[in-house]
Amino acid sequence: MSAAAMIWRMASFAVAAGFVGVWQLIANLKLVSPVFLPGPDRAWTALMRGFTSGDLASKLVGTLEHMAYGWLAASIAGIALGALIGSSRLMRIYIAPSLEFLRPLPVSAIIPVAIAMLGLTEGMALFVIAFGAIWPIMLATIHGFAAVEPRLYEVARALQMSRSAMVFKIALPSALPDILAGMRLSLTVALILSVVCEVLAGLDGLGHWVLLSARAFRSADLFAGVILLGAMGYVTSVAMSLAERRLLAWQSTR
Amino acid sequence: MSLERTKPLLLPLAALLVFELWIRLSHLQSDSLAPPSAVLAALVAALADLSIPIATGDTLLAAFAGLAIGSVIGLALGIAFGVSSVLDRLMEVTVEAIRPIPSIALLPIALIALGFGYRMEIVIVAFACVWPMLILSRSAVRGIEPRLMEVSRALRLTPMQRIIKIIVPAALPRIFVAFRLSAGIALIVAVTVEIAINPLGLGAGIMLAQQALRPDLMLAYLVWIGAVGYGLNLVLIVVQQRLFGRAATAGAGS
Repeated sequence: MSAAAMIWRMASFAVAAGFVGVWQLIANLKLVSPVFLPGPDRAWTALMRGFTSGDLASKLVGTLEHMAYGWLAASIAGIALGALIGSSRLMRIYIAPSLEFLRPLPVSAIIPVAIAMLGLTEGMALFVIAFGAIWPIMLATIHGFAAVEPRLYEVARALQMSRSAMVFKIALPSALPDILAGMRLSLTVALILSVVCEVLAGLDGLGHWVLLSARAFRSADLFAGVILLGAMGYVTSVAMSLAERRLLAWQSTR
Repeated sequence: MSLERTKPLLLPLAALLVFELWIRLSHLQSDSLAPPSAVLAALVAALADLSIPIATGDTLLAAFAGLAIGSVIGLALGIAFGVSSVLDRLMEVTVEAIRPIPSIALLPIALIALGFGYRMEIVIVAFACVWPMLILSRSAVRGIEPRLMEVSRALRLTPMQRIIKIIVPAALPRIFVAFRLSAGIALIVAVTVEIAINPLGLGAGIMLAQQALRPDLMLAYLVWIGAVGYGLNLVLIVVQQRLFGRAATAGAGS
């Protein structure tokens, strides 16, 4: 079984390599002007050069920092607020509908407001990223709290648990799958908003790098940056899956 | 009943009132805040002089064009991958390598290849819409009742007939859910591209208002963008319920 899976995986990699080959061919034959489309060889050289002699590594760290700080702040605030709203019937009636109303708002629309208030600063980027990333987490937490098996609450009442014990011992673990799904969603949002903020405010990061490369028509550097951003999205999403599997290991044994 | 319905409105209304009073009483002069009444006045004025309706048209045109292109591509790939597990396994690595690239990272590439304008925005929106459509329609096709496929085999339908007569109708409710999600993403991406770089539509309008130090107009744009997002979501939910009733929600849950 696993041998068959291995072979499929290899075949799948071969197909992907084939696509890269086609890309190289198109670039070599100059079907698309090399100004717009560098071959994978040139993109790879640019990537390596950026890491060894350029400042690509520091740009990568910059974007990672924006994303991680904003996302962590959003996670903490989102879970706390979500738990607060989700565990109180009164708050669910009065506040939750307003939040549902705000959900479809394109969060990037908050950027001009943040720029007006905070200027083109790191603080602005952090605020925007956290603001954008908080929604999926908070709404997932509220939903998770609302969907807790009612009998568990009855048990908690029979055991005369305090409200905080009820939140930490029953509601949070039971809402964990929802919360993690929300956190995964907001990870993507955080990466996108990091790039947008860097583009707009000229902050140190890959977003700024790709924009500068585009302005200077250095397409190989541009593709190197985009490849790196894709790799970042991939690695963070894989890390999130691993964390999810670890944290939710109890679920499959239920 | 009517009291229950007004409860969720109390909090936002109270917040607006407090905000209005606070700004009026403290005679605040700010580049980033404006009293709600002034925001409303700016919104009415911008609606009356057609600047907001024209910008909305631009944004929605780009969003819907990108949505249409992205959905068709995503749907075609999703059905193909759902029907043929060989194809799905072969393409796995390729899809997983491209999918995590944040859509906004393509912005510089689209910028140098296509320049400012609708085309660049449409390409980025389309890229963003392909993935939810692909993933969800693939799982929708896989989730089709196996007996329906047996029937199609017994009737000796050609593959094309099978797709048109069995697969698409059976998967349609869930495909529509995917379409609704993509529509939300399309609007978000369109506005984000406009805010980041493209001098077009609502996103450019809100950036311009911010740079012109018109907080009332900026917040009016923000409110309007929120209303457009909410309205779009509402329309699609109503359409979904009209067309499919409970089938869509039941299908999405399984």
